Amino acid sequence: MGKPKLATTSLCGCFGCHMSVLDIDDRILKLIELVDFDKSPIDDIKEFTGPVDIGLIEGGCCNEENVHVLKDFRKNCKILISVGDCAIDGGIPALRNNIPLKECFDEAYSTDNRLGPAVLNPSGKVPNDPELPLLLDRVYPCSEIVKIDYHLPGCPPPADTIWEAMVALLTDKPVALPYELIKYD
Amino acid sequence: MSDTITLTIDGVEIQGKPGQTIMEAADAAGIYIPRLCAMDGLVPHGSCRVCTVMVNGRPQSACTQPIAPGIVVDNETDEINAIRRDIVDMLFVEGNHFCMFCEKSGNCELQAVAYRLGIAAPRFPFQFPDCGIDASHPDIFIDRDRCILCGRCVRASQDLDGKDVFGFVGRGSEKRIAVNSDAKLKDTNIDVTDKAVEACPVGALLKKRVGFAVPIGQRKYDHKPIGSDIEQNKGSL
Repeated sequence: MGKPKLATTSLCGCFGCHMSVLDIDDRILKLIELVDFDKSPIDDIKEFTGPVDIGLIEGGCCNEENVHVLKDFRKNCKILISVGDCAIDGGIPALRNNIPLKECFDEAYSTDNRLGPAVLNPSGKVPNDPELPLLLDRVYPCSEIVKIDYHLPGCPPPADTIWEAMVALLTDKPVALPYELIKYD
Repeated sequence: MSDTITLTIDGVEIQGKPGQTIMEAADAAGIYIPRLCAMDGLVPHGSCRVCTVMVNGRPQSACTQPIAPGIVVDNETDEINAIRRDIVDMLFVEGNHFCMFCEKSGNCELQAVAYRLGIAAPRFPFQFPDCGIDASHPDIFIDRDRCILCGRCVRASQDLDGKDVFGFVGRGSEKRIAVNSDAKLKDTNIDVTDKAVEACPVGALLKKRVGFAVPIGQRKYDHKPIGSDIEQNKGSL
């Protein structure tokens, strides 16, 4: 039997949680002894090579592609973990959740100077290329789309939190994090 | 009539004085009962229900229930902590609690109680309500997204400041904290030094231009759970 496999992805996040994974410093060498990375931005594998033991999800779901990737992770991962506040409760992107989608588009793309523009967009049109994933009406926490097995809160979760949780899961121990490793900020 | 009352909390016999609530007697004995709407110096409100304990097998709020001879109180049990967890989970999903950019984070009692209860994430669907901000006052602002409707500012303004600045409007999920004029916070006689401003357990009522004054790692609840100060008195009676 080979090493357990680990997959990671960033949905509607800022990659800060992935930075926090890297922030385990030289313990990443130990992590590589414990696991093989599968689909992940860290090794740039784009598709699952087969069933994976642990999936780390950063970010919530703000568009249809996020939902597709999240469901793909659920299908392929035995244990799925929400890493960080965006995955758990939508985080900063969820600030748009009580603003109608049209107002968000107007703010970003309108040529009306009172509303923006946030980007140079002389046509005033909202981008509508079929390649672009459609935005959802609001940002959804991952647990509202698929079943999530563990939550690691934080913005980002401290490197020690991610490390302790990984080691516990990979060595078949209960994930019992000390007081100082559960923080929401 | 004797001037002490003997009661049992989690199997430990403690002494209290007549007229004390269960919470007051427990505090004096070094036993922490989690709370949000209760605060030293304010008349108990009994509204948040986080201090729910079992008194002879019946749920009661420890901040309002007076002690009586021989009562058996359960505080730290799995059953009661599950109730408390549900309450705190609901408070999180019924507001917009963005801890990552809240100035109160690390000193917030809601967050601290959640940490103490071991909550990694709320288990209910998030509501993302539209609550509104009142930043009209030059020194203080209200962010209703963070308000848990504990009523501490209402009581502190009435009872400690003698001003009656705050009140509740609306019902159910529409309930909000409001100022007693029809207008904005700037139209009231609130002052930045008022006790009501300090009374807020969360980041709903904050002083302007304070921001993130204390670095992460040195804030009130960064290393020690809420209630540690009370538990230091354990066994002193």
